[in-house]
Amino acid sequence: MSVLEIKNLHVNVETDQGTREILRGVDLVINEGEIHAIMGPNGSGKSTLAYTIAGHPKYQVVQGEILLDGENVLEMSVDERARAGLFLAMQYPVEIPGVTVTNFLRTAKTAIDGEAPSIRGWVKDVRESMSNLKMDPAFAERNVNEGFSGGEKKRNEILQLELLKPKFAVLDETDSGLDVDALKIVSEGVNRAKANTGLGILLITHYTRILRYITPDFVHVFVAGKIAEQGGRELADRLEEEGYDRYQVAEAAAAE
Amino acid sequence: MTAAMQSTAMPTAEQHGFRPHSDGPIIPVQTRSERFRSVNVEDFAPVTGREHEWKLSPVAAFADLTGGELDGARLPIETADAPGVDVSWIARDDARIGRAGTPEERASANAWSSFGEALFVSVTGEEEKIAAITRSGLGTTPRAAHTVIEAAPNSRGLVVLRGAGEARLTENVEIVVGEGASLTVVSLQEWDDDAVHLASHFARLGRDSFLKHIVVSLGGKVVRVNPSTHLAEQGSDVEALGLYFADAGQHLEQQVYVHHDAPHTRSRVTYKGALQGDGARSVWIGDVLIGNAAAGTDSYEQNRNLVLTDGTRADSVPNLEIETGDIEGAGHASATGRFDDEQLFYLMARGISEGEARRLVVRGFLTEIVQKIGSPDLEARLTAALEAELEGR
Ligand SMILES: Nc1ncnc2c1ncn2[C@@H]1O[C@H](COP(=O)(O)OP(=O)(O)O)[C@@H](O)[C@H]1O
Ligand SMILES: [Mg+2]
Repeated sequence: MSVLEIKNLHVNVETDQGTREILRGVDLVINEGEIHAIMGPNGSGKSTLAYTIAGHPKYQVVQGEILLDGENVLEMSVDERARAGLFLAMQYPVEIPGVTVTNFLRTAKTAIDGEAPSIRGWVKDVRESMSNLKMDPAFAERNVNEGFSGGEKKRNEILQLELLKPKFAVLDETDSGLDVDALKIVSEGVNRAKANTGLGILLITHYTRILRYITPDFVHVFVAGKIAEQGGRELADRLEEEGYDRYQVAEAAAAE
Repeated sequence: MTAAMQSTAMPTAEQHGFRPHSDGPIIPVQTRSERFRSVNVEDFAPVTGREHEWKLSPVAAFADLTGGELDGARLPIETADAPGVDVSWIARDDARIGRAGTPEERASANAWSSFGEALFVSVTGEEEKIAAITRSGLGTTPRAAHTVIEAAPNSRGLVVLRGAGEARLTENVEIVVGEGASLTVVSLQEWDDDAVHLASHFARLGRDSFLKHIVVSLGGKVVRVNPSTHLAEQGSDVEALGLYFADAGQHLEQQVYVHHDAPHTRSRVTYKGALQGDGARSVWIGDVLIGNAAAGTDSYEQNRNLVLTDGTRADSVPNLEIETGDIEGAGHASATGRFDDEQLFYLMARGISEGEARRLVVRGFLTEIVQKIGSPDLEARLTAALEAELEGR
């Protein structure tokens, strides 16, 4: 049984104005098969947490640990983390001119499995996943994310999630910018991936909307770089009604 | 929004950090058609490096080629010919020489004044064919050469002119494309690290003919290949492509000139280059002249550079002159951008190693040109050569 542990994580980022402390002691344990929703206002550090798990070089861990099945993730390079079973669906997926989706997917799959997938089965898997996500087959020959709409980019992220079969996936605002139909399709993709592989999911979102389609086992409220409150899915319902004001008031008071 | 996010959210052009400057800098030195021309080296003043056609070039590195005496003997060549492509040597007073253009600078005129015989490549017949001519083993003596490639009316073919090994060479290549012919010429520079190669290509296109002209510069200390195309007859069409990979200490230059001089002519110029390592240097100057006679011209030129490391310099200067109001389209673009770390992160976050991710991105950038060559063998060879460049081999 796999487990991803985040212990007392403090993260800084260098800005033009100097060093900024963004994460201020995050503790989180995600077991295989669990869905954890992280909800918080803009600027609270949710993407910083996501990027730090994936190993983006801009974010410096100054204290704390990230362990995947006891292995020190912080010592791994970005690609090693992915090969160890971590996946980040990005809030803003990057365009790669001149690299087709087909070529990219095959290269990534080969890197993660350590060997090239059998051609026949792979082509079928890709086609099936694309069709499930209602992606036009023509996307396979287009350059990665180039000229994709916001919704198409998100589907392309979930396509990778389904095909690369990680142990843990961090979904950073996969729901933002999606209309209801696209939100359903993307959520189904996430649920399908979980049903097939039993992965653990860290679902980062600003809104409660996606939680109607993906049911979290735990909800964490993220404010000012750490978890301010945790609960079950009922916490999401409360946030829906009350918003984040309550926490920010408490935060402001604590800062004084 | 965070800085990291901003850079990932941007559209492609900015994502590369490209600075598009489609509206300038345009530096019309003089009307290109009025530039001085002569086949006689003595008609040009000695090169100082301040002349507009030399000011971005390391002229001291090849004073022997612009000013000195040159060996005009036949170059050692190896040909892989094809039926319908004949290769022979012709005397310097042969009437087939001098039909496509006249030198505009001293290295070109020096070559013209000094060559003994010219290599004549004749392409006939309508079936597609590929012929390759390799010049190698040129040694370090300063040399002059002259080549005439002629495609007979309605003929088709692809001719590769390749250079490898040591060289100090200045040369002229004339390309005469007959009415209705479709010709591809690939000039492939794979010289040794110390080689210097200065070339002027002059193409003259007949009615309704098509020329695909491709300059690929990978090896050599200083490589300067300047292709001029004269769209002299109605309906003629040129696709001028270029691909270069400048390593540390390498100077790769191309001054591309397209002269629209007849109605309904078309040109597409696309040059792409990568620069890697200290002192890697590229120069692209793209002159397009749309003359009085060129009603209905359709023209577009662009140059894009991908900067892979610090310490490189890419000059990119588009220059468009239009003498007629009646054109279909004319545009230019030029951009130089750094390798994008966000792309690297995205690929690596999918398990792809750094080396492989870099290869994917650079190959993706340059592949547009490679794919247009039209010879699968050559495309595969170039893809491999580019990967070797990337690994610093
Ligand atoms: N690369 C960066 N450079 C400068 N500031 C950053 C960077 N990344 C994040 N920040 C700052 O850190 C804070 C948290 O950002 P982020 O993690 O993106 O929050 P969220 O995803 O919750 O909206 C913000 O104030 C943001 O401006
Ligand atoms: Mg965010």
